[in-house]
Amino acid sequence: MFHLFRKSLLSMIGLAIIILLLLVALFAPFLAKEHPTYAEVSTEQGTTQVEERWEIHFDRKLLPPSSDHFFGTDDYGRDIFSMIVYGSQTSLRICLLVIAISTFIGVLLGGLAGYFGGVLDEILMRITDVFLSIPYLILALAIAAALGRSIDHIMEAMIITWWPTYARLMRGQVLALREQQFVEAARSVGARNSRILFRHILPNSLAPLLVQITLDLGAVLLVAAGLSFIGLGASPGTAEWGLMISDGRAFMFHAWWYVTFPGLAIVLVVLGFNLLGDGLRDVTDPKLRR
Amino acid sequence: MKTWEYIVRRLLLLIPVLIGVTIITFTVSHVIPADPARAFAGGPKAQPETIARIRAELHLDKPLWEQYFYYLNDLIHLNLGKSFLENRPVTTALAQYFPATFELTIFAMIIAVPFGIIGGIISAIRQNKLSDHITRIIAIVGYSLPIFWLALMLQYVFAYQFPIFPLEGRLSAGMTSPTTFTGFYVLDSILSGNVATLLSSLHHLLLPAFTLGFATLAIILRMMRSSMLEVMGSDYIRTARAKGLSERTVIYKHALRNAMIPTITVTGLAFGGLLSGAVLTETIFNWPGMGRFAAHAVLGLDFNAVMGFTLVVAIIYVLANLIVDILYAVVDPRVKLGGG
Repeated sequence: MFHLFRKSLLSMIGLAIIILLLLVALFAPFLAKEHPTYAEVSTEQGTTQVEERWEIHFDRKLLPPSSDHFFGTDDYGRDIFSMIVYGSQTSLRICLLVIAISTFIGVLLGGLAGYFGGVLDEILMRITDVFLSIPYLILALAIAAALGRSIDHIMEAMIITWWPTYARLMRGQVLALREQQFVEAARSVGARNSRILFRHILPNSLAPLLVQITLDLGAVLLVAAGLSFIGLGASPGTAEWGLMISDGRAFMFHAWWYVTFPGLAIVLVVLGFNLLGDGLRDVTDPKLRR
Repeated sequence: MKTWEYIVRRLLLLIPVLIGVTIITFTVSHVIPADPARAFAGGPKAQPETIARIRAELHLDKPLWEQYFYYLNDLIHLNLGKSFLENRPVTTALAQYFPATFELTIFAMIIAVPFGIIGGIISAIRQNKLSDHITRIIAIVGYSLPIFWLALMLQYVFAYQFPIFPLEGRLSAGMTSPTTFTGFYVLDSILSGNVATLLSSLHHLLLPAFTLGFATLAIILRMMRSSMLEVMGSDYIRTARAKGLSERTVIYKHALRNAMIPTITVTGLAFGGLLSGAVLTETIFNWPGMGRFAAHAVLGLDFNAVMGFTLVVAIIYVLANLIVDILYAVVDPRVKLGGG
């Protein structure tokens, strides 16, 4: 019993962190001291992009943490706490969109391939084999480099990188489930394939999918931050956690707060997703129940 | 017999995967950019004459499938294009930077694998005691850290506040590298009997290798722990204990061998993480490897270099997983007996 309590304590902490993230992102305008403005600018490719702009106060640059500026200020005098708070919106948006779209594509393709089998399945297996032979960050890096620097582009790059994982996962689930008795039963009363897939197989595949989604939300954040750090994601001036660490690197030795706090934000959020995902996995994995 | 069959099958599977990888790198470099010629010429600041020349050189006006065959042809002749940042062939640059990255990765593995395995075993044996909880928390925090941030924090603490480690580079400033036998400074130092460079290179390796390996250590630890726990609760272990075998024999002779199997698989997959992490780690520690080369290429819009790097890394990862799969086949008797 004590064993179970311990496990659920960590998961509860994870859940609390994620709820905190959602609240911070939602109430950013009320929590932050300074606020950015958004402007539409045209890019080199001729499209428009929304650019985030912060007010510059050179007289306040590189101040250490204080009651005025909880996390200090950066080299443009911007309040780091406010930037981190607004950065939570960017991070949340990236994680949710990338995972939502990758999952949709992957579950659809993997589910169909697993259920109908045959040539469709073989083709999907080969394609996902190839995609999964390239490490996530590297593939996303190449695609984002080809597309050009912007947050939208790293999201597109990450979607292309991540969907094969879900395709494989869903396919595996479908393969395991379609031989089960309840599917046979459904078929014997004349249920159509689409009904079997939606009403029977999909709900029973949800548990491992949910675990993977939760863990991947953290992984996506790490990759997105890494890409921004290298210079591929957020455009200069945006309050994105990875970019802030990159900017802060030049000042690290006399302004440690610039690098430290955005990093702590990332660690906290990824930890939250990992704890929650672990907890979900422990709860849904029958092998671990004693 | 069955093991050989498995290995041969695995080797044959390699070919379509490698071809598939080239299709992906081709698509990313020739199809995805709005204007591939401009991308190869160096981005928005490229001169029109350069763009036109590159368009002709790379046959970018021909149909896609024809372009792909030119691309494959180049690859077979080990031509990855020219890096305009370094003004030399990408293959030459990568070949020069490869040993540094490989040495860093090996040392990251030397830190991650033994400590991960031992940590996992101890954690499993002492399940739910304090040492188990502490280890598990360290592990889960370990792979929640952005690697570039961990690198910066370690630099700040151990190279600045309490400067016991160097800030960057492979050797102390002013030191010449040991005689090149392999390009791996540690090995070369041993081979040429150069104690100074041996000590210096090890000293410089520690922080970057630890940074790179820490997340992998955490993953291996967790995998080892959970598979040990699973194995220790199984029937044949209960039988071994019932037979009266000492706890030590039970753990080391029986449980460990079986728990290692999924850990081997995880190590292979984690290798991809090491290659990715190298890009970020090398940038921060100014390590002259392929990862730093790639990061500079991204910033400098050196498209050939980025794509060349991607392809080489993919090939390395595929080969690493091949080795892991073969190792797995050799170690897991179920494969030999045709069961798994």
